[in-house]
Amino acid sequence: MRFEDVAMSFDHPVLEGISFRLPRGETKILMGVAGTGKTLILKLALGLVKPDSGHINVLGNEITAMHEQELFALRRNIGMVFQESALFDSQTVEENVAYRLIEETGKITEEIHQRVLEALRFVELEHTVSLFPAELSGGMRRRVAIARAIITQPEVLLYDSPTGGLDPVTSNTIIELIVKQRDVYHTSSLMVTHRLQDAFTMASHYFDREQNKMVPVGDGMDCGDLNTRFLILRDGKIIFEGTAAELLRCTDPYIREYLS
Amino acid sequence: MPLFSPTEFAKDQVQAVQDYSLLAGRSLSNVFAQPRYVADTLLQADLIGVGSLPIVVLTGFFTGAVLALQTSSTLQQFGSLSLTGKLVALSMVRELGPVLTGLMVAGRNSSGMASELGSMKVTEQIDAMRAMGVDPSKKLVTPRVVATVIMLFFLGILSDLVGLTGGFIISYTLLGLNPNEYWTTAYQALRFGDVIMGLSKPVVFGFIIASIGCYYGLSAKGGTQGVGRATTQAVVAASVLILVSDFFITRLLTGFFAY
Repeated sequence: MRFEDVAMSFDHPVLEGISFRLPRGETKILMGVAGTGKTLILKLALGLVKPDSGHINVLGNEITAMHEQELFALRRNIGMVFQESALFDSQTVEENVAYRLIEETGKITEEIHQRVLEALRFVELEHTVSLFPAELSGGMRRRVAIARAIITQPEVLLYDSPTGGLDPVTSNTIIELIVKQRDVYHTSSLMVTHRLQDAFTMASHYFDREQNKMVPVGDGMDCGDLNTRFLILRDGKIIFEGTAAELLRCTDPYIREYLS
Repeated sequence: MPLFSPTEFAKDQVQAVQDYSLLAGRSLSNVFAQPRYVADTLLQADLIGVGSLPIVVLTGFFTGAVLALQTSSTLQQFGSLSLTGKLVALSMVRELGPVLTGLMVAGRNSSGMASELGSMKVTEQIDAMRAMGVDPSKKLVTPRVVATVIMLFFLGILSDLVGLTGGFIISYTLLGLNPNEYWTTAYQALRFGDVIMGLSKPVVFGFIIASIGCYYGLSAKGGTQGVGRATTQAVVAASVLILVSDFFITRLLTGFFAY
């Protein structure tokens, strides 16, 4: 994914000169205070909104020049976890998770049912398959939203504040799932978060398949191997891009204050 | 408080008309494009058609009944009480059946569509649908438009029939009319043009009800308050448009069939 000099304004400029690259397999954590346009970047990446100027290239497609009808096909290769989950409240968890697959076949076949169970097993919510979103807790809804996003194994995943408003234990569970997706499937992802702790956990932990859990990076491993980089926005502009170590060494007073 | 700008207001209105026209056009062109959501259309047909049966039957029956009751005194003055069947038939089939059915279904379903789609819009479910590569105009709008058009066509016929029956019961029990006389004058009064008018109006009204309901739902913003506003606006706009389009269809068809 590539953003080149993207700008967008509503009543006032929200994004200005946004340029960055998200190479295959990399996780980019978007941070910044509220209202700096982080969610807008995700919506731009999906083509849900069009920029005023600049170019956005996703999976080899210049999406700023594409019509909505063309974008539908491209979006099937991208998974998005919305801030408030955005699950379809009149459908069961199974129907929500299988949504994309039902679109292709028209009904829930045995194969789709098995894939739904597999996706729900990934987020450890297999038992909720017949429940409705209203019957789930906030954290469970986010996990179902993750299952819905990953069921087709998209090439890019976009997470919009997946841990926002959740308690630390639930947040950690969700970060562990995101790390698992990163390290097991090596999916490129763009994650918006307000929680510094979550961002640094992602940059300092990896998913150990043998132990089946997230563990801190050991002595013999460099955090840079985790393919996780930070991008910090201020007033609609990117003021920092780099690894966790570079971020901690950064002397910019605003960033120092943001991190403190 | 910011000053009211007439230019901005005019731009907003033009933009709204443009957005509505595009959505309405897409809802029709989607009928000829894949994928077709047959199950969703059948579900909506059940919700709109079968769900509206009680109000349409009640409205039609009492409209026909009151029409017979109200006109009987005037017809009696001219010694033409036997024409009650003709008057009820023409009024119900040409005008009251389709319009009242349209207004009833608009009150029930335009509001329902606006609130359902509006709630989905403000909770990002519409964005989620688009994000998963599904076209909301195909998945949500076209099934509602198709189902409303088809069901309103049949509801209109039912309303006419029930209205005529209501008029008959009043004519027979209170006015002492011969049943044969009522039904014969009612049947003979209707010409080809009357039937065409009675059948074409519900099709247009059905399209207005569904497209307006979906448009206001999909343009809802501002949380639950915005959904409430969209719902009210949908019912008002659909009802007014039904009455306005009724005038133009009547004028067009009366000219066409040379009444």
